[in-house]
Amino acid sequence: MSIRHALLALLSEGPKYGLQLREEFESRTGEVWPLNVGQVYTTLQRLERDRLVESDSPEADAGPQKGFRITDGGTEELAAWLRTPPDLSSPPRDELVIKVLIAIRLPGADVPEIIQVHRRHLVQLMQQWTRLKDEEGDVDLALALVVDAELYRLDSLVRWLDTADGRLKRAPASPPRETAPQIVRRRTGVRR
Amino acid sequence: MSAVLELHEVSKTYLDGTDEVHALREVDLTVEPGRMVAVMGPSGSGKSTLLTIAGALETPTSGGVRVAGQALTSMSRDDRARLRRRTIGYVFQDFNLLPGLTAAENVALPLELDGMSAGKARAAGLHVLDELGLADRASRFPDQLSGGERQRVAIARAVVGDRRLLLADEPTGALDSATGEAVMRMILNACKSGVGAVVVTHDAQLASWADRVVFIRDGRVVDHTAPRPTPDSLLPR
Repeated sequence: MSIRHALLALLSEGPKYGLQLREEFESRTGEVWPLNVGQVYTTLQRLERDRLVESDSPEADAGPQKGFRITDGGTEELAAWLRTPPDLSSPPRDELVIKVLIAIRLPGADVPEIIQVHRRHLVQLMQQWTRLKDEEGDVDLALALVVDAELYRLDSLVRWLDTADGRLKRAPASPPRETAPQIVRRRTGVRR
Repeated sequence: MSAVLELHEVSKTYLDGTDEVHALREVDLTVEPGRMVAVMGPSGSGKSTLLTIAGALETPTSGGVRVAGQALTSMSRDDRARLRRRTIGYVFQDFNLLPGLTAAENVALPLELDGMSAGKARAAGLHVLDELGLADRASRFPDQLSGGERQRVAIARAVVGDRRLLLADEPTGALDSATGEAVMRMILNACKSGVGAVVVTHDAQLASWADRVVFIRDGRVVDHTAPRPTPDSLLPR
């Protein structure tokens, strides 16, 4: 999450004080990402240094009572950032995937049982998020969007576990010659 | 309060040619009033068989089933049929509304079949449709309704009268996510008014609406989630 760009977005609505920026950041991200005071003021100082924001008293340290406004450079930076796709090109090193890959090669491991432990944990997390959406989602649009994103992310992991479970059932007993990480690296060109 | 559904060591075996297929093996399941239980498993895991047995549409090979305290195995055919009409509501993926009847008539149908006068049944049907925000759709025929509206009418039909147990098989299967969410909220609201619900699904998002999720594999209950967690535990400390 880019605090830098979130602060620029808030300042694009008009000049604001440091304290106000912190409060608005928290309320708009569904209060899921609380910030500490230091993070806000350090980021504001850097934005000022890079001439993306201006303050009413450049010589003073950034603090709750210091006012900021966005510069033209800041507006351009924000517009460019919004349209820059996040880096999703290389497969993330997912701990869950790694655990299952290790389990299938481990003699005597009960892989379906290991998969079920993770499935249960993920579904329990999803129950908590769904409950939050049921109770708060109607009133808070930002929170509902954050919860949706989290539910889809967790759901994709459950689906992967379900697919892995099905694949294991159908798979021949002998282990593959080449390890999966080797194949993925070869096919996608991902380096360690 | 006593459970609305109790399955005790329920097994179901089919004959496929000369092969025995064990669709369910010694399944125990209890659903309390006001609770939603999701039964989650892949296709062929036995979850739909579990639902048809819970709904008195099929009899188990062995084991006991009680709905609202009444043991199904010791009931006559007629009593079982009455229980199906009065106490149990069904929601299927493909809605199963009768095309020649309006939404209100579809909802009133189970009450009329149970001997209620047409006028009274219609009033009760309209009342439920109104509660579910579908009053303006009451006189439409199923083919004049959207998929989401049809499923909501099907849920209205499943909760009309004094139903205690709601059984749903992939109730949001054919719907987009926003409409599916509306359908799950309706089922949850039915539970908040005291109905016990069983939702069978392969979909974790759907299952996550339930108070408890039971995992089924090869006809066996293999696991279940912990008791209902609180949302507060999610927010960062």
